[in-house]
Amino acid sequence: MTGTGAVTERYELVIGLEVHVQLSTRTKLFCRCSTAFGAAPNAHTCPVCLGMPGALPVPNPEAVLLATRAALALGCEVQERSVFARKNYFYPDLPKGYQISQFELPLALRGRVTLASGASVGITRIHMEEDAGKSVHDKVPGKTAIDLNRAGVPLAEIVSEPDLRSGADAVAYLKWLRESLVFAGVSECSMEEGSLRVDANVSARLRGETAFRTRTEIKNLNSFAFAERAIALEFKRHCAMHDRGEPVVQQTMLYDQANDEVRPARSKEESHDYRYFPDPDLPPIDLTAAFIAAVRASMPESPTARRMRYTNTLGVPAPDADALTTDRALAEYFEAVVRAGADGRTAANWTLGEVQARRNEHPGAAVPVPAANLAALIALVAAGTVSNTAGKQVFATMWREGGVPKAIAERDGLIQVGDADALARWVDEVFAAHPDELARLKAGERKLVGVLVGQVMKRSGGKADPKKVNQMISERAGLG
Amino acid sequence: MSSRLDGSVGALVDAVQSGAASALDVATESIARIRASDSGTAGDAPLNAFVSVDDDVQSAVAASSGGSAARALAGVPIALKDNIATLRLRTTCGSRILEDHVSPFEATVVGKLRAAGATIIGKTTLDEFAMGSSTEHSAFGPARNPHDRDRVPGGSSGGSAAAVAAGICQVALGSETGGSVRQPAAFCGIVGVKPSYGRISRYGLVAFASSLDNIGVFGRAVDDAARVFDVVSGPDAEHDATSAAVEPETVQQEPGRLDGVVLGLPAEYFPDSLDPAVRDRVMRASVAARARGAEIRQVSLPHTALAVPAYYVIAPAEASANLSRYDGVRFGRRVKEASARDPLRAMYEATRSEGFGPEVTRRILLGTYVLSAGYYDAYYRRAMAVRDRIRADFASVFASGVHALLTPTTPTPAFKFGAISDPYEMYMTDVFTVTANLAELPAMSVPTGRISGLPVGAQIIAPRFAERAMFRVAYALEAELGGEAHTG
Repeated sequence: MTGTGAVTERYELVIGLEVHVQLSTRTKLFCRCSTAFGAAPNAHTCPVCLGMPGALPVPNPEAVLLATRAALALGCEVQERSVFARKNYFYPDLPKGYQISQFELPLALRGRVTLASGASVGITRIHMEEDAGKSVHDKVPGKTAIDLNRAGVPLAEIVSEPDLRSGADAVAYLKWLRESLVFAGVSECSMEEGSLRVDANVSARLRGETAFRTRTEIKNLNSFAFAERAIALEFKRHCAMHDRGEPVVQQTMLYDQANDEVRPARSKEESHDYRYFPDPDLPPIDLTAAFIAAVRASMPESPTARRMRYTNTLGVPAPDADALTTDRALAEYFEAVVRAGADGRTAANWTLGEVQARRNEHPGAAVPVPAANLAALIALVAAGTVSNTAGKQVFATMWREGGVPKAIAERDGLIQVGDADALARWVDEVFAAHPDELARLKAGERKLVGVLVGQVMKRSGGKADPKKVNQMISERAGLG
Repeated sequence: MSSRLDGSVGALVDAVQSGAASALDVATESIARIRASDSGTAGDAPLNAFVSVDDDVQSAVAASSGGSAARALAGVPIALKDNIATLRLRTTCGSRILEDHVSPFEATVVGKLRAAGATIIGKTTLDEFAMGSSTEHSAFGPARNPHDRDRVPGGSSGGSAAAVAAGICQVALGSETGGSVRQPAAFCGIVGVKPSYGRISRYGLVAFASSLDNIGVFGRAVDDAARVFDVVSGPDAEHDATSAAVEPETVQQEPGRLDGVVLGLPAEYFPDSLDPAVRDRVMRASVAARARGAEIRQVSLPHTALAVPAYYVIAPAEASANLSRYDGVRFGRRVKEASARDPLRAMYEATRSEGFGPEVTRRILLGTYVLSAGYYDAYYRRAMAVRDRIRADFASVFASGVHALLTPTTPTPAFKFGAISDPYEMYMTDVFTVTANLAELPAMSVPTGRISGLPVGAQIIAPRFAERAMFRVAYALEAELGGEAHTG
């Protein structure tokens, strides 16, 4: 019996992702041209990246180091020997007529991550390769212009196993990947600048089937949201075709975000035989076990490990731990505040609240308040010396002008008044001014405590310690 | 004036350094000799050793750092094979596709030569992209053999060999992938040196087959070649990742005895089918070596017969990728083809069809085929395995106490133009030379007599980076053979 439920419920979505990230080197993979984004077309080119006759590639050790860090950040096994290979095809923005990549012997193999959903995703391999240039079709009427600034820029390609079963998991995997690589200082992972690019291999099969069905590859996924959307559309298309008994053709698809549709790539689909073979201009990359161990020792703690430490040993609530670990600088500031004596939960509140708010206003700027000063401020608030509200004011001043919190609070008259005589005077005044409310309170209308506390705070100019005021009013009204 | 060009490089350098000769005069005379060699006034067909000549002699001399300075090659005119990138002259590779190509950078060796005071007089004729054994595949006409202008000078570095043999210059650079320096040196009766792979930077040498390509040196005499070799060799980590890191020992030395040296004669290089006259001339070298104190030993390199087939898989495979960059997009010839359907593809096809000659086309097709899906294992991977066997053959002979090998350079002396039209037969002429390229070993050819007036070469092959030992043998053979090296 068929026909019950949506078509997509009977099918299982199978996704494998190929992710290209640009390694954050200063210069290209095989020459000394700059990798800076946004230069005039072809400003960053030389005989090597132009593929001039007689020019030869020389590997950039910084790129090898960063690719090794990427492999370790993603839990892959770095290979002691890997080999650059030529991938042959003709295209005007590919200067040599081949791309230098890695094929039979990639830099790293076999990684695995468990996502929050519980899904376990394998990483097949990570290899290094050079980027191609850019064909620009709308600059010169009737002609194609070529910009080779990107040609030779170092990339790491990260290929997953077809282990993903939902668009949400695909996005979670991509977020983990980006977070890990940014944390490890490997890549900016900016989709806008093209330093993170995603291709998705998608297929659908009936639930319970063990073999995979024909897949299609979706390119041009410019954001995680678009990736999820395009995968959903393509899955639906596959399911419908399977239901109609039509064969899915293995081909490259493009996601057109303007029309919200996935359609076959316009270029004619020649079946490419890339004729890979080891690049004879480049000796094998031999990494010693000692080198790999040294890189491993220099790796920062992974966001996942950090998150666990925050929740398990620092008492940070899980959502706060997630938010802190999206940003290495933020996480490190938070830890410095904790090291300076603040408790984890409160330090997380301040870091994600006041600190983060101001960082958002000044993107990229370092936090001007030393972690020790924030820790001292947290201690003042905890001791009741300044109120929470006044504390925020003190923080704003520290951010703007510098200085230590106690001195600022004193200068600006923000020290809370907890002295019983002073408080009693204000309470007397308020009782005198609000006899009705006092009478109702004494008759048992407890919610009026808050109103009267508010009046005392107002009269004190915010300096009264609200806890003590509360207590005094309750006592004097005979509420115990 | 009595020509400094007819003496040794050492004598010329001394004369320039002492002020007895000027770099400008010597270069001017050298260029005059190029003109004379092409004039046909002696009733000879033009030698056609050069594709380009630097007519602005003054600037050519000025481009090197001071002919009179105390430099290793002060005032020495030198010719470069036209696949070595230079700033002042175009670099055509003997191909229509690069007919007007001027390189925006110069080869490492060119910078070293200029710094040593040498004057680059011109660029020499070669088989297109160095693919060939006769220069008959040059797009700009073949060079001729100065000993008999109806015969080929050998190839692919035939122009450089002809220029040196004709007395235009004392030294020249060539390149070789399977014997393209040693074979023309043998055919033209001069010295030709192939370095260990990695010993001379390839930066600026237009690639044919990157794992086999080497820049090589021609000299009229062993010492001429040695002096140039010492200038152009050495590490170049900045530009060539396959360059060897170790500083080489100088190869220039006084000729001496060979006491304690063991020379191997590999049986596979003296097959029964070998021309007895060639065998006889090579044995002259063996006798000369023994006279100088060397011990001669029979050895075997059992996988030699597999070398040519393996070579003609690996070299075209690498070439098919190396030559993809000639696509009409960024430099070189572009042929526009009106085609509404697919103008890009039409441009590629027209450019490459018109730009490449038949031998280059053949090798690109062959190389594309052997790398194709389904054929890679059967051809390329197997050829690489054969290459390992050939390396192992040499390693085991050298490990057995043999210091160098002595063999014929070529199976025959220079052949006539058009005599070999079957590509396979032409490929088999490389049988004694491709092995050193496959095994990355240094090897050189020295004159060892003549047959009916045509030169014959003896080849010395040494362990990798043992160039100094190889030259020691060459110096001794040259001294011992004397005039016999150049007579029947």
